[in-house]
Amino acid sequence: MRWLFLKDLTILRRSPLLVALLVIYPIVISVLIGFALSAGPDKPKVAFVNEVPASENIINLGGEEVDVSKYADQIFESIDPVRVSSREEALKKVEDGEVLGALIIPADITDKLDSGLGSAQVEVIYNAEDPLKRDLVRNTIKSQVQDANAALTKRFTELAIRDLNTVLQGGTINFPIRGDVDILGLQKSREVLEQARDELPEDSPARPEIERVIQFAGLADFGLDLFPPEKVLAAVGEPIQPKLTEVEGGRTPLDAFAVAIAVTVSLMFVTLLLAAGTLAAEREENAFLRLVRGLVSKTGLLVEKIGLAAFCSLVVTLLMMCGLALFVGLDFGRAGFWVIALAAGALAFGAMGVAIGALTREVRAASLLAFMISLPIAFLAIVPSGAVSPALYDVIRVVSALFPFKPTLAALDAAINDAGSLTTPLLHLAALVAAFSLAARLALRRFV
Amino acid sequence: MEPVLEAEGLVKRFGDREALRGVSLSVAPGELVGVIGPNGAGKTTLLSILAGSQRPDEGEVSRSPGEVGWVPQQAALYGKLTVEENLRLFARLEKCPDVGAAVDGMLEQTQLGDRRHSPVAELSGGNRQRVNIAIGLLPDPPVLLLDEPSTALDPRQRERLWEFILALSKGGTAVIYSTHNVAEAERYASQLAVLADGERLFSGSPAELEQTVGTSDLDFEEAFVRFLHDQGH
Ligand SMILES: Nc1ncnc2c1ncn2[C@@H]1O[C@H](COP(=O)(O)OP(=O)(O)O)[C@@H](O)[C@H]1O
Ligand SMILES: [Mg+2]
Repeated sequence: MRWLFLKDLTILRRSPLLVALLVIYPIVISVLIGFALSAGPDKPKVAFVNEVPASENIINLGGEEVDVSKYADQIFESIDPVRVSSREEALKKVEDGEVLGALIIPADITDKLDSGLGSAQVEVIYNAEDPLKRDLVRNTIKSQVQDANAALTKRFTELAIRDLNTVLQGGTINFPIRGDVDILGLQKSREVLEQARDELPEDSPARPEIERVIQFAGLADFGLDLFPPEKVLAAVGEPIQPKLTEVEGGRTPLDAFAVAIAVTVSLMFVTLLLAAGTLAAEREENAFLRLVRGLVSKTGLLVEKIGLAAFCSLVVTLLMMCGLALFVGLDFGRAGFWVIALAAGALAFGAMGVAIGALTREVRAASLLAFMISLPIAFLAIVPSGAVSPALYDVIRVVSALFPFKPTLAALDAAINDAGSLTTPLLHLAALVAAFSLAARLALRRFV
Repeated sequence: MEPVLEAEGLVKRFGDREALRGVSLSVAPGELVGVIGPNGAGKTTLLSILAGSQRPDEGEVSRSPGEVGWVPQQAALYGKLTVEENLRLFARLEKCPDVGAAVDGMLEQTQLGDRRHSPVAELSGGNRQRVNIAIGLLPDPPVLLLDEPSTALDPRQRERLWEFILALSKGGTAVIYSTHNVAEAERYASQLAVLADGERLFSGSPAELEQTVGTSDLDFEEAFVRFLHDQGH
């Protein structure tokens, strides 16, 4: 087996074009996939609960009626709302993967906005099952809440400036409980004070005091120049603050997750093609006939091919990881886990590869089949749960579990980012190694 | 003399098709056995069962695959490896005690010393066939099986091949070869195994086959065709 292994390495070394393609192609593909993923789908489904009674949607801001629901609509511009009636229902939909996240408007939001004291909170629940999805929801809702905030803030500012104007020039201001209150205004108070001063004797001790108040009231001449809108704006701040709630753990930052995807895609291509190709090549070269008459057992041959493919792809993907780590800033302290995850994935893809090679029995057919199977499996494995119907998503989950891509991605994610358990995907991969090896061994019976 | 290889009642089926229907064979040391028959007669199937590359559905072979040298019909070599690398790989897989000596011995015996560093894919058909044979001889087997060794060769290469095989036989190695070239079998066989449709129709020397047909004015090829005809093929 050792000699066959070395033989295959020699042959690979003498096929530089093949090896270059084998390494460059997956890297190009994985970069493309990375780009495609960071774009994200449009209009994700988000459950929406409005706990505010319809009658209270209107808040009173200084006598001005403001319809809060108008601002909530802004949030829906780039999400597809699924209206539900309670927070529990929304939470369940998120957990079941029917929606990517949920937005909850609490009943007290109008009171908070009404009082103008502090920010009103809306709650955002999202499924943190995978970072792609999590970032999508978080960013979408955040930016929408910001837009709503901007609009509300502008409205608040306008009203605040109007009230200030009233303070300066006189008029009525509406207060929450007391209702309309007449305001004299600084301008008028100066006129009143000037009259009062003129009626005082020249030597009255009150005169200097009144003089000072008149000067103060003179500020009114500057008018609103005293209150530049930016200053007021800053004071009003963020009327609505999103409170973020994560369902299920997982803290993988997107770029580290993208590394996991890119490396898994490369691992898949290199291992599948090598395992399927070298096994089929053995038969095409005819030398297989010699090998299996006692020189190497059929099982030994499979072990050698799986080992060869896994070894080569492990080297390629580890180099790739180190290269990417420089840009993304991965924790090299976890490199031991990378090797474990990559090796387990490589063995599983290797077993799948020899199964393909044993079934097709020809290098061309084997490579073609390996290509044709690879991409759909990779894409299926990264479909976010809310993006398709729940029934279809269940089917996708089952199909993904039958191939090594998803567990390898999970293992690598756990290895790179310390996100979730490493043991579960490793056990899953071990089961796949056994199943695919068995399938390959059975297919080898009619290999000659 | 004690036979060096025996096979008894070999049957091989591919689905409904019977490629061998109870073929038996006994070979003495140093004997040259020609397996002849039309295409599809079952020659390749018979030799690969004797070699242990395929398993019979019924019947027995007296020797284990490791004790038999086998040269398949198509060169079973790695094209990207050189002559020497191919020999060394198989010498190691065959667990030759002294790999270097076995490789050098074969390079000399097959006169391929000057091509030892050439990739096999760049060799002529004749040279490739010699490497193919050399690999079959690496374990120094008492029996060598050659499946249509001369088919791809030109007359001069063929001549050299037979010189080589005769020398082996003189040295005590039993050689079983298949061919559909009847003249070759007449010249180079001490025992004939005539196969047709998976059945062994005749065993004996070429002279005995001519006697069986019984018309002394026919040449061997005509006698062979008539024999097949008489047997209903
Ligand atoms: N692997 C196989 N699968 C199915 N049929 C086969 C196989 N190998 C040989 N045969 C059939 O068995 C018969 C004998 O083949 P073979 O031994 O190659 O004949 P020969 O070598 O005398 O030309 C042929 O009819 C052939 O089609
Ligand atoms: Mg044949």
